Amino acid sequence: MDFITQPWPWYVGGPLITLVMITMFFFGKTFGISSTLKTICTIGGAGKVSDFFRFDWQSAVWNLFFVVGCIIGGFIAANYLSPDHAVALNPKTVESLQSLGIQNPGAEYLPEAIFNWDNLLTSQGIIFMILGGVLVGFGTRYADGCTSGHAITGLSNLQWPSLIAVIGFFIGGLVMTHLILPHIL
Amino acid sequence: MNKIKFLFTGIVFGVVLTKAEVVSWYRIYEMFRFESFHMYGVIGSAVVLGIFCIQAIKRFKLKDFSGRPIVIPPKQRKFWPPLLGGTIFGLGWALIGACPGPIYIIMGNGFLVFIVVFLSALLGTFLYGLVMNKLPQK
Repeated sequence: MDFITQPWPWYVGGPLITLVMITMFFFGKTFGISSTLKTICTIGGAGKVSDFFRFDWQSAVWNLFFVVGCIIGGFIAANYLSPDHAVALNPKTVESLQSLGIQNPGAEYLPEAIFNWDNLLTSQGIIFMILGGVLVGFGTRYADGCTSGHAITGLSNLQWPSLIAVIGFFIGGLVMTHLILPHIL
Repeated sequence: MNKIKFLFTGIVFGVVLTKAEVVSWYRIYEMFRFESFHMYGVIGSAVVLGIFCIQAIKRFKLKDFSGRPIVIPPKQRKFWPPLLGGTIFGLGWALIGACPGPIYIIMGNGFLVFIVVFLSALLGTFLYGLVMNKLPQK
């Protein structure tokens, strides 16, 4: 059981992600998660203001089952398979975060000092949670895919647009992490 | 309900990404600072194994469980949308420390404030639908 309850190394996590992608192929579907955001917008009536959202959403309901499964899987893993939620970070990463004022980096999956309800109406909370979410939702749809659709499925299928998208993911992530985060953390 | 199989696959995915710490904001920060191999190992091994599997599917013309040939729809050949959209996504990825899959999984982990992140991502997708015709689309 120790093997299950300890954090899983990359060479376990990576191949299992491939297994999920391949399983979806054998179910006759393509692995990709960000399109569920579009489907939910369509169900919510977004087709009234933009043609982009006018599509047969019932053909995409299978993917909503997948993401509800993600929520359940996240619950099971955090509550029953992980006695310790600490993340063993590089000491250099810990040091850089401490110098930016983050207490106990890696004690939980994410910095709860930033991601909490009380912080929601501060400028920091609005930038991290609301602006961050908007950028992810906007960018994935413009790029036509996220980490699952482009980085995993697209690169595995040797598609050029996916390589361009992943380069974009890193341009954005590097700019944010190195040039912007030091000023807003 | 034949859709239950997607629910179970999603559960496996949620467990894997939680246990491999892919859902951790800190792991994403560490990745963008090149201070750990972990995330590169996860994504890299998934892609390398994925390339072999997809080549095998194509070579042997494998069929899915319902007997239809497996077809992986190619993404449209464009330049600016993946580059600009990807960059916008990357800016957000480093802020929230989560891509769309982990947004769902983190809510399941019990960080309920991610409901706000999820609703914001829906808003972002909605805004894209409003302004897409004003953006470079080639």
